[in-house]
Amino acid sequence: MMVLSLVPRQGVSRVREIVTPLVAFVVALVIAALVLLAMGKSLKTAADVYVVEPLTTAWSLQEVILKATPLTLIAIGLIFAVRANRWNIGAEGQYVVGGMFGGWVAIAAHGMEGVWILPAMLIAGMAGGLVYGLIPAALRNRFGISEILSSLMLVYVAELALDYLVRGPWRDRTAFNFPKSVNFDAAATLGPLWEGGKLHGGVLLALLAVLGAVVLLGRSRFGFAVSATGEAPRAANFAGFNDHRLTLAVFAISGALAGLAGIIEVSANMGQLQPSISQGYGFTAIIVAFLGRLNPVGALVSALVLAILLIGSETAQIMLKLPFDMTRAFMGLLLLCILAGEALTRYKVRWNA
Amino acid sequence: MRSAPPLIRCQGLSKTFGTLKANDSVDLLVESGEIHALLGENGAGKSTFVKMLYGLLKPDAGTISWLGKAVTLADPDAARALGIGMVFQHFSLFDDLTVLENIAIGTAGARADQAFAARVSALAREYGLELDLQRPVWTLSAGERQRIEIARCLLQEPRLIVLDEPTSVLTPQEAENLFASLLRLQAKGAGILFISHKLEEVRRICTAATILRGGKVVARTDPRKESARSLAALMVGEGVADVRPPSTLETGRDLLAVRGLSVSPEIAHGIPLRGIDLTVRAGEVVAIAGVAGNGQSEFFAALTGEGGLIQSGTVSIDGEDVTRRPIGMRRRLGAAFVPEGRLGHATLPQRTLSENIMLSWHETEDVGGFFLSLDKLRQAARKIITRFDVRGPNADPRAAQLSGGNLQKYIVGREIERNPRLIVVDQPTWGVDARAASLIRQTLVDLAGQGAAVLVITQDLDEAFEMSDRIAVICAGRMHPPVPTRMTNREAIGLLMTTAHGEAA
Amino acid sequence: MIELLPLILATVITAATPLVIAALGEHVVERSGVLNLGVEGMMIMGASLGFAGAVVLDNSYLGLAIGALAGMVMAGIFALFALGLATNQVATGLAITIFGLGLAGLIGQPFVGQPRPPIPALVFGLDPIVCLSFVLMVGTAWLLNRTRAGLILRGVGESHGSAHALGLPVLKVRLLAVLFGGLCAGLAGAYLSLIYTRFWSPGMTAGRGWIALALVVFAAGSVWRLVAGAYLFGAILIAQLHAQAGAIGIPSQFLSMLPYLMTIVALVVLSMAGRRGAGAAGSLGQPFVPDR
Repeated sequence: MMVLSLVPRQGVSRVREIVTPLVAFVVALVIAALVLLAMGKSLKTAADVYVVEPLTTAWSLQEVILKATPLTLIAIGLIFAVRANRWNIGAEGQYVVGGMFGGWVAIAAHGMEGVWILPAMLIAGMAGGLVYGLIPAALRNRFGISEILSSLMLVYVAELALDYLVRGPWRDRTAFNFPKSVNFDAAATLGPLWEGGKLHGGVLLALLAVLGAVVLLGRSRFGFAVSATGEAPRAANFAGFNDHRLTLAVFAISGALAGLAGIIEVSANMGQLQPSISQGYGFTAIIVAFLGRLNPVGALVSALVLAILLIGSETAQIMLKLPFDMTRAFMGLLLLCILAGEALTRYKVRWNA
Repeated sequence: MRSAPPLIRCQGLSKTFGTLKANDSVDLLVESGEIHALLGENGAGKSTFVKMLYGLLKPDAGTISWLGKAVTLADPDAARALGIGMVFQHFSLFDDLTVLENIAIGTAGARADQAFAARVSALAREYGLELDLQRPVWTLSAGERQRIEIARCLLQEPRLIVLDEPTSVLTPQEAENLFASLLRLQAKGAGILFISHKLEEVRRICTAATILRGGKVVARTDPRKESARSLAALMVGEGVADVRPPSTLETGRDLLAVRGLSVSPEIAHGIPLRGIDLTVRAGEVVAIAGVAGNGQSEFFAALTGEGGLIQSGTVSIDGEDVTRRPIGMRRRLGAAFVPEGRLGHATLPQRTLSENIMLSWHETEDVGGFFLSLDKLRQAARKIITRFDVRGPNADPRAAQLSGGNLQKYIVGREIERNPRLIVVDQPTWGVDARAASLIRQTLVDLAGQGAAVLVITQDLDEAFEMSDRIAVICAGRMHPPVPTRMTNREAIGLLMTTAHGEAA
Repeated sequence: MIELLPLILATVITAATPLVIAALGEHVVERSGVLNLGVEGMMIMGASLGFAGAVVLDNSYLGLAIGALAGMVMAGIFALFALGLATNQVATGLAITIFGLGLAGLIGQPFVGQPRPPIPALVFGLDPIVCLSFVLMVGTAWLLNRTRAGLILRGVGESHGSAHALGLPVLKVRLLAVLFGGLCAGLAGAYLSLIYTRFWSPGMTAGRGWIALALVVFAAGSVWRLVAGAYLFGAILIAQLHAQAGAIGIPSQFLSMLPYLMTIVALVVLSMAGRRGAGAAGSLGQPFVPDR
């Protein structure tokens, strides 16, 4: 019956650690290519659409960076959670609440002027995501409820709440019956960094988050406590790292960063609140975090890679008549390949009858 | 007339894990109606050998013949089909299942129904095994648990019964009951392979012995014709030094004081602690004896502040009430702790020894500021490695790469290096080779000699007697107050191990 | 009102049936010590492929079978990774869910908006799958508590170390359990698209797979608590739909939130009743790698 058997490896070489995600990515690509062939699509067109076009013009390169921004922010937060073995799969919900809170500031300040509006929005967005992220953490600490289930349930709740707001109290009365808020003023819009460009300040915030995570997770006491808790909770408890406080901390960080991503997207790219403000960034970021091997710089690179894919998938919907579901399926496949790669770094696989 | 072939004969059995030769061409022979001892200290290769005998490990080389015929033991089913029964040291039991279900699951084709219950009851009567079939296993003592294993084994009517360290978790009285059952089996003509490192009991009940050291057979002997000392010499090689008693007998002030402590457990199946009183003074070693699972882990957790819901009572360290204070605060008052679990509790298995310094040092020692100083951690690790002779595959190995004995030396060393005034050690030498065990005990006794208070929680009665000035006994979450070690003996302590303090014996 | 009662009851049972079936499957999986968070993905694959199969073959019964098989294939992928390669079960389950949601959408794309004729009721206005779900409840409870196979399955889940030491085939038992869980989730999904709504729409499972997972936690080891919980949820779903239709002044979004919020509330209540962590299998979620 036993077909596979696993033999632990003694040590894992540095090279293998870096090569593994690359191989996983290539394998996932090859499988996807085979699927496309089977569907009778042209691989040449697919390569053009998914890879070449997003990378060849300055304009689309900026688009890639813009898409990577929320992914990076959310993934950085998730890295803290996953390293501590806390599963925040509700980042999507925290993102939405972040957009909602920040958007509320913009709506309330409609018609006002002032440099305070934008920072207030960003802070409100972070606060919203943070508070929303603390709910599953608190439920886990107080009632022992799996944060996986509660954080996911809260995604649906957040989406419905936003839907209610933009169709109800926050609806723009002048926009006929469109379910949307008022258009944000210029003071509430995260503008481009330079004239005629597309990149906005959110990009810098994402880079700042990467830098902060590198510093915190690399050598700080807090980073050590986070990883220790994930690796061996009893040892972390023995060290005196407070499990409950740590849970709150990692959820606060990932919630706040997801919330920040939410308000950045709403302010910079949409300029209004609408029923749906995400393309599943919260879930895609999980894959980003894993593809980056829970390393902040790795996550940055992975976010760029997946951003290319997301942009490609938008074109593909028109050019190849491929729905967004194709991209989603690919992401699931990619995550599986990454996990298999991780397993193969830890174990040698033997086939036996 | 040729005599009948032996029940089982193993020739040249070898097994290698990575670079470690766990068994190196082991020969062993057991006759029907014989109680045969397999002796050796921890790490000598006894468990590996037993696993091959039961089809749990595949030998790299060598043959096994059963009643003169060569056999291959592909899995435990094959071993059981031949008539080999096994009682493991670490019981293969299921806490949430009942006794009856536990016996049924280990018996081919059995369902936990009434007919089966009747069969088990009949067997239990025959061999004098007391079993309450409907109780869930987590409520049982170690002795009761072992009876489940034995019942499982006997149901298969085995011709060879292998017992892996069967008395290590039993009180002396429970061990006597076990011996009685074994002699009954022997009288019925079964062969018994008795694995142990306890020499006295081997000399009492075994008629032949094979001695393993470093994976090799070093001697075959009739244990009844040997002394415990000569057997020990065979097991360990050159002599292991006895632990020297502490130089001073004067004790100072109370460094640990536990008063009326009652704790309810946080985890499922934990043992509640009830009204525990205990004082440990500067300059003395106090041992807490007891059978595993009587509240030792819970008591240790209450002393460290790692867990448990305190109902009443206090824990004070050096006069300061720390009952509800975190472990870091206790360390700052001069306390150090060594938990039972080496990997995953005392250390992070996949981290280096230098990184693992962090766990118990970060509150009291200089390991850098907001950012950790890798240099300081490495220096500390190097010092411990040299001072306590910790041997590993490289200069700064991961915790999981060390052998049990070396890792325990590191863990104890890490705490001693902090110069604690109070040290609490849970099972200081469990599963540790004799040389390392002797070093660890000596280190702790010397620490008390220098004026520290030492509290040792141990299941090993010999260890308790060897190291301590006073012995307390924990049973069913209650503590018998400590008595001076010189004024008591093994039998008296053994009796206390089965009766909870304050209840009629 | 009284004469409406059987009708209401039938509606509640119909609404709860996919939850019952999926949760029963996952219950068996978790009893064996495996946490498969891919329920949502296996379910939607069942919904999509089941519907597509039914349309192509013009037979809803075959569609149900295809849906169940689709769930099982997804479970097989999960098993290959989580059991064969000992990958992290949480992450693997998530991957299965994401993969399933995408692939199901891709496969179902040509079938959006096509209706299917209803499957006729068997007895008392209940369709065959509802009847099957009753059999499944009794069968699961019987299997787990009364048979040797169930005893072994619970043993493997309680302590894979002990089970392995006794020579029980830990990974084989878990593989079978996971495949059964996938079969159930796939069937539950196909029920949703072929009988409950009789339409395929992308993302139509809408978190039901996750609610099924929560129900398993709520069940705390008992099949009957699980079933009771599932019907309670069915009632909430129906009440919520009626309230939306009846325009009682509460915004529909808040009513739609109810199932998700109730899931959290149910888990809180369970915890306050002092059953925190009770009934979960001892080895739940831990990968098992035999040393050999």
